[in-house]
Amino acid sequence: MISTNLRIIAIAGSLALLIFIVELVRRRHLKEEYSVLWVATALALLLLAAWDGLLRDLAHFIGANSQASTLYFFSILFVVFLLLHFSVRVSKLERRVVVLLQEVALLGERDGRPRASGGDLAADEPAWETSIR
Amino acid sequence: MSRERTLGEPAADAYAACMKDLLIIIPAYNEQGRVGRVIQDVNSALTDADVLVVDDGSTDDTAADAAQAGATVLSLPVNSGYGVALQTGYKFGVRAGYAKIGQIDADGQHRAEYLTAMLEALERQDADLIVGSRFLGHDDHYKPSLARAVGIGLFAHLTSLITHEQVSDPTSGFQLMRSRVARLFCSDVYPTDYPDADVLILLHRTGYRVCEIPVQMRPSPGKSMHSGHSSPYYVYKMLLSIFVTLLRRGVKVIPQAKLAP
Repeated sequence: MISTNLRIIAIAGSLALLIFIVELVRRRHLKEEYSVLWVATALALLLLAAWDGLLRDLAHFIGANSQASTLYFFSILFVVFLLLHFSVRVSKLERRVVVLLQEVALLGERDGRPRASGGDLAADEPAWETSIR
Repeated sequence: MSRERTLGEPAADAYAACMKDLLIIIPAYNEQGRVGRVIQDVNSALTDADVLVVDDGSTDDTAADAAQAGATVLSLPVNSGYGVALQTGYKFGVRAGYAKIGQIDADGQHRAEYLTAMLEALERQDADLIVGSRFLGHDDHYKPSLARAVGIGLFAHLTSLITHEQVSDPTSGFQLMRSRVARLFCSDVYPTDYPDADVLILLHRTGYRVCEIPVQMRPSPGKSMHSGHSSPYYVYKMLLSIFVTLLRRGVKVIPQAKLAP
């Protein structure tokens, strides 16, 4: 058995997380696509906190001494998966950014003659502003 | 000069102007005052080559210097690294339909006169990529630090072991390739963070022929474009990259017919 206080906090916490995620999707601050793992995490935590038998069996299965640490263990496991998921998304984003950067550079091609304006692109000025006008 | 161009219009006019056979790519980051000399050297070594400088988000006048010296210039909006700059050059070269693409560092350490020897070797050895190696001959000028020499030596041996070919300098940025190699480099199998020994292994597994010729370097101008090459991260990344390159199956050899421009 986990203590009543921990159970209340765990249930309230995962419910709040669930509501917060739905609200973020509603306001379009979070894409549906990215909400899947979060919703799954919140639901799984809610299930573990509310269903005493499941947590007890799970604790027994993994050989944990306390059900509270079982709850923590699975919370951390979900978080690790979430972080890994985001590292994958960041890698994908980076690859896409590189492709875009290269296309921008290829669009802004200049030939060997000195520029009529005399000025070079300032470092902070996007190349396309000068080449597509 | 500012060219009138509307969004979405293909840049065919620009590409039609440079219908030479050979493109030399010079990736440059803050090489103002040095890159112009390299362009002149390339032009005097190879009269029939186009020179493309890929300015990797330089904060100095690299782009203007390069344009002044007569090179075509592509400017990346932000500093993105050596591999990204190189790949930008490959994309330009492949789209423009060059048959051969070479690359040389902008800091003047590589001597452009070796490009003719590399061109010869490409034909004579029927190779797909020629690497200018600093360790094949006796180069008195190139003295890498101990950590770097160990790193380069390790990956040279590893690459030789995997490809069953003599590879002495997988780190060299002095290369000349056929367009089909550049075409492969335009895809996302090309590691844009540290293109190095893993690229040579990738080429070997794709079925392309890589050869080395000895080159001499000029004394280092002080800083290096490849300063990361002795860091622990470099060693880790290269080992992992080589490992996953070996794990990946079926890098497809692009059919010859599809390569015609």
